[in-house]
Amino acid sequence: MDVEKIRGDFPILERIVNGKKMAYLDNGATSQKPQQVIDAIVRYYSEYNANVHRGVHKLSEESTVAYEDARRKIAEFVNASEEEIIFVKNASEALNLVMYSYGMANVNAGDRVSISIMEHHSNFVPWQFLAKKKKATLEFIDIDANGELAGLEKASGAKIVSILHASNMLGTINDAEKICKVAHEGGGVAVIDASQSVPHMPVDVKRMGCDFLAFTGHKMLAPTGIGVLYGKKELLERMEPFLYGGDMIIDVKKEGSKWNELPYKFEAGTPNIEGAIGLGVAVDYLNKIGMDEIRKHEIELLSYAIKEMKDEVTIYGPLDARKRTGLVSFNVPGVHPHDVATILDEEGIEIRSGHHCAQPVHERLGLESSARASFHLYNTKEEVDRLVEGIRKVKRVFA
Amino acid sequence: MSVDYSRIIEIWRNAPNRKEMKGADLVAEGANPICGDRIKIFLKIRGGKITDASFTGEGCAISIASASLLADYAKGKALEEVRKLDKEKVMELLEMDLSRNPSRLKCALLPLAALKKG
Repeated sequence: MDVEKIRGDFPILERIVNGKKMAYLDNGATSQKPQQVIDAIVRYYSEYNANVHRGVHKLSEESTVAYEDARRKIAEFVNASEEEIIFVKNASEALNLVMYSYGMANVNAGDRVSISIMEHHSNFVPWQFLAKKKKATLEFIDIDANGELAGLEKASGAKIVSILHASNMLGTINDAEKICKVAHEGGGVAVIDASQSVPHMPVDVKRMGCDFLAFTGHKMLAPTGIGVLYGKKELLERMEPFLYGGDMIIDVKKEGSKWNELPYKFEAGTPNIEGAIGLGVAVDYLNKIGMDEIRKHEIELLSYAIKEMKDEVTIYGPLDARKRTGLVSFNVPGVHPHDVATILDEEGIEIRSGHHCAQPVHERLGLESSARASFHLYNTKEEVDRLVEGIRKVKRVFA
Repeated sequence: MSVDYSRIIEIWRNAPNRKEMKGADLVAEGANPICGDRIKIFLKIRGGKITDASFTGEGCAISIASASLLADYAKGKALEEVRKLDKEKVMELLEMDLSRNPSRLKCALLPLAALKKG
């Protein structure tokens, strides 16, 4: 994998921040976009912008083909069929869709819904809302001292088991196959939030065995405002729509309406056409490099980062790079993470600070917040060196 | 823009007014849900004027320094006058330009927001 060549595809990586060459280490929040994706969006608006699934004219046909091409690429990327790929605006919307269309219809008073303590708020708050509304019990699978799931078996018997594949705080990669197995053996469905895994490693919904999988485009080199829900066909067919309106119908009469076929039943209104096209091109880009190669590169970066950082800071989550996705959350003892991030920003190093939309896991660890460096395919060991040097500067400033 | 830490770190480290006040006439509390910062400001008010001010709390260097500087500034002034302060005044007290750092400006404004609410 030629990282220098890859970097050349990302114009933003040339940016100067506070007089220093930028080291972008906030990929857990959003990734940067390659020229290929930017060009695809510009081309769409300069050459064939038209609404999809409506007109019979040339431009509408072209935009429809491009939009559906993107769906096919994404289906292949996660080993699903096209009718099982629903375009949404982000992972939060995907999970809300499952909560409203599946959860509201299938979870009743006294039922159990099982999530984990390491969930991002997007896979936490919707289930909390559902449980309250339906008088169901929301249960939390705990973590062990290593930041890995502990007692997953307790989820058995829950109507819905919804757990993230890779944690945006601990970095932990959960055994999604096992999560699905536990959910199914207890008669429930398995929902996997793959926001932090699909951009960084191969994901195969068939091998995983999940019923639903949610991820977002902007963390995987695509624009914001486009996300994906994968759902098993037989489940999607049984579910009522999430949003109602244009394009999701096949027949509208005063007496009532009939829903469109899959996946359109779940795509009401004019979709984010340029976003879907951009995501399709992002998937092409990732495929060209190869997800196995990207994963290998991130494991190398992670192992190096953990080795260099572990004597300087407190690192959360497993220290074995193979057990985690490409991010390291940490704290500099005695220094607030916002101050760490501001001082690193002065050096052109862009990291995240706060609770990363994962307040429950911070509380579980007795923390208010943490700092987080997160990598992607274009990051380098030299950037890790700068991060470590920056952390040493933080410690000098606050000494 | 540059965030110069050298001055505020001194305040963060040694603020003499970072202490609880027994028998305060007003206790104003503020929290920043994004980072979990919490500030409590204690005021003693005599004849319409703030005669003593202190604070406690947990937070980043900017929010702690801002609380300390604001508490010092408040002494001898009417509560209403202090409540009328704006972000420019807070940046002036901090000697920091955070106009291009909206998230850190929120840290700086936490103590003032507490006073305005309290």
